[in-house]
Amino acid sequence: MIQMEYYLIVSTIMMFAGIYGFFTRRNLLAMLISVELILNSVDINFVVFNRFLFPGQLEGFFFSLFAIGISAAETAVAIAIIINIYRNMRNIQVKNLDKMKW
Amino acid sequence: MEYTILILLLPFLSFILIGLLGTRLKPAAAGAFGTIVTGIVAILSYWTAFSYFGAGRDASGVFPTLIPWNTVWLPFNGSLHIDLGILLDPISVMMLIVISTVSLMVHIYSFGYMKGERGFQRYYAFLSLFTMSMLGLVLATNIFQMYIFWELVGVSSYLLIGFYYTKKEAIAASKKAFIVTRFADLGFLIGILIYGFYTGTFSFTPDAPALGAAKALLPLALGLMFIGGAGKSAMFPLHIWLPDAMEGPTPVSALIHAATMVVAGVYLVARMFPLFIGYAPEVLHVTAYVGAFTALYAAVVACVQSDIKRVLAFSTISQIGFMIVALGVCTSADPHEGGLGYMASMFHLFTHAMFKALLFLGAGCIIHAVHSNEMSAMGGLRKYMPVTHITFLVACLAIAGIWPLSGFFSKDEILAACFDFSPVMGWVMTFIAGLTAFYMFRLYWCIFWGKENTELHAEHRPHEAPLTMTIPLIFLAVVTLFAGWIPFGEFISSNGQAYHIHIDWNVATVSLCVAAAGIALATWMYMREDRKVADGLATKFSGLHKAAYHRFYIDEIYQFITHRIIFACISTPVAWFDRHVVDGFFNMLATVTGKVSWGIRRMQSGYVQRYGIWFLGGALGLTVILLLI
Repeated sequence: MIQMEYYLIVSTIMMFAGIYGFFTRRNLLAMLISVELILNSVDINFVVFNRFLFPGQLEGFFFSLFAIGISAAETAVAIAIIINIYRNMRNIQVKNLDKMKW
Repeated sequence: MEYTILILLLPFLSFILIGLLGTRLKPAAAGAFGTIVTGIVAILSYWTAFSYFGAGRDASGVFPTLIPWNTVWLPFNGSLHIDLGILLDPISVMMLIVISTVSLMVHIYSFGYMKGERGFQRYYAFLSLFTMSMLGLVLATNIFQMYIFWELVGVSSYLLIGFYYTKKEAIAASKKAFIVTRFADLGFLIGILIYGFYTGTFSFTPDAPALGAAKALLPLALGLMFIGGAGKSAMFPLHIWLPDAMEGPTPVSALIHAATMVVAGVYLVARMFPLFIGYAPEVLHVTAYVGAFTALYAAVVACVQSDIKRVLAFSTISQIGFMIVALGVCTSADPHEGGLGYMASMFHLFTHAMFKALLFLGAGCIIHAVHSNEMSAMGGLRKYMPVTHITFLVACLAIAGIWPLSGFFSKDEILAACFDFSPVMGWVMTFIAGLTAFYMFRLYWCIFWGKENTELHAEHRPHEAPLTMTIPLIFLAVVTLFAGWIPFGEFISSNGQAYHIHIDWNVATVSLCVAAAGIALATWMYMREDRKVADGLATKFSGLHKAAYHRFYIDEIYQFITHRIIFACISTPVAWFDRHVVDGFFNMLATVTGKVSWGIRRMQSGYVQRYGIWFLGGALGLTVILLLI
């Protein structure tokens, strides 16, 4: 049986890969994918902790199910926003999006 | 007698209606409405007086004090509460008659006098407001209600003095009247607060234990209240507003600045009389000296003024001085032993209101006819204005104190009271009575006889006033003729018991002789056309004449104190402190906030990833801190 720590190592790698991507990518879609990576790593954590530490209970599973649902909706909204940005500005490079300052 | 509340409500209603409808109402309609309402109020007042005095005395031989209507308005604690209500006792009922009569006469008179004026409706609205407030003042059940209406009276006086608001002098006069009386009312308010705090009640008649507790501070409280009264009643040195208040329409001067509002101070002292006599007789005597000095000062000034209304204004101040003196010389509450002055004062208040209103209304007719206040524009008017002439003469004889007109009886009682107090006071007041006769007849001869200003009269022929103006004159003249025969002591006296007036012929003979001498002197000096003696005296004593003409420079002294001392030495530095230190501090706060915001606004770059970095850094920082702890 695979140890809990291995799962956690994978999820940590995903987490920091996501954060790294969020800060370094210049493209909004790539940033969105990075955010998804972060979310998924959290989901894995929930499931793993539930599975290994509280085997008789289901809260962690349900919580990750909820998070998946919410992130799907959030992605849809984000894609819609990105499409609108593209229509207005003809590109989706994040360095051009400083209209909302001040 | 619950209907007495209507006496207050009706004029208030009339004020609201005329005031709100304003120019949508025809002038005549507004005037008629106000006059009818005042007429109803007058009838109600007469009926109240009739039934009150008709109900007779109670077992102890006094007219009972009735409170037909009362409501607790502001309760503070058990005994201290402000009530609004109606109090009927002999003096308030007497004042009801005075106010409603004069007010009705002025309402009728104003029809003619104010005809065609801009703001006719506004004028009647303010008259109603004044009538309401003055009636509320005399009917007040407690000192605080009195204070509320006292201020309302001040406001309506301010509004009416400044009625011609396009005229600069009128605006200045209204401001002056308001500020001077307000300043005096500060004393009144402090007096009320001391009184209420130490006796635990605002009632006019606290019970004995409450008074015992406040004994030490009652003289102070009553003295401060008298300052308020002195402001309203134009006692020296707070008299300066009254002569200027003559800038208002003449009927207003008759109603407010001769007959009713200016006697509010006398009424206040009379109202607090039991407390004055019981706990602060020395303060009462101080008021007598203030009143005597005022009477003398105003009489001297009245002798040389050339503006007809100013002569009357100073005469009013002088006569109010008489009333205050009469109250002040009381040494006990028993009219047979030193308490005569109370009755005399109220009697003089009553008769003076009638004949002084008559004088002012007569002066209004004259001003209406010649379009000027200056005596130089008059002279020889007797052939043009017979009714005004006769009624004016009646009033002059009354104020001079000639038997059998009303002024004789009341002034005689005052002089008798003064002689009871001290011979010096008696002789001084007798001398002032002589001066009164002199300046009134100087006025009379200069207006109706003497040298006619033919040039002016040819250009604009004087004519008798219309009927609406002469009827009030005739009515008031009739009252002046017969009011002296009212057995006043049967209704009002210092301890409430019936007091039978008997004329002290020693005093009466002296005062009649002095009055006759004053009249004779005035006749000798002013009746003839050339006025050689008068002009000769004026040039011979030109310094005195000039000083008296300028009212002994009291206004200039006030001007100096306010402008050179208060404004320059206190107000200007305080204003500087306010502008630069107080405002400066808050301006500095605003500037600093603005600068700082401008500096840190760069943090809002608009780049999502930069925000993300800050967010991550913050989260990591917090984690580190938590781990360290």
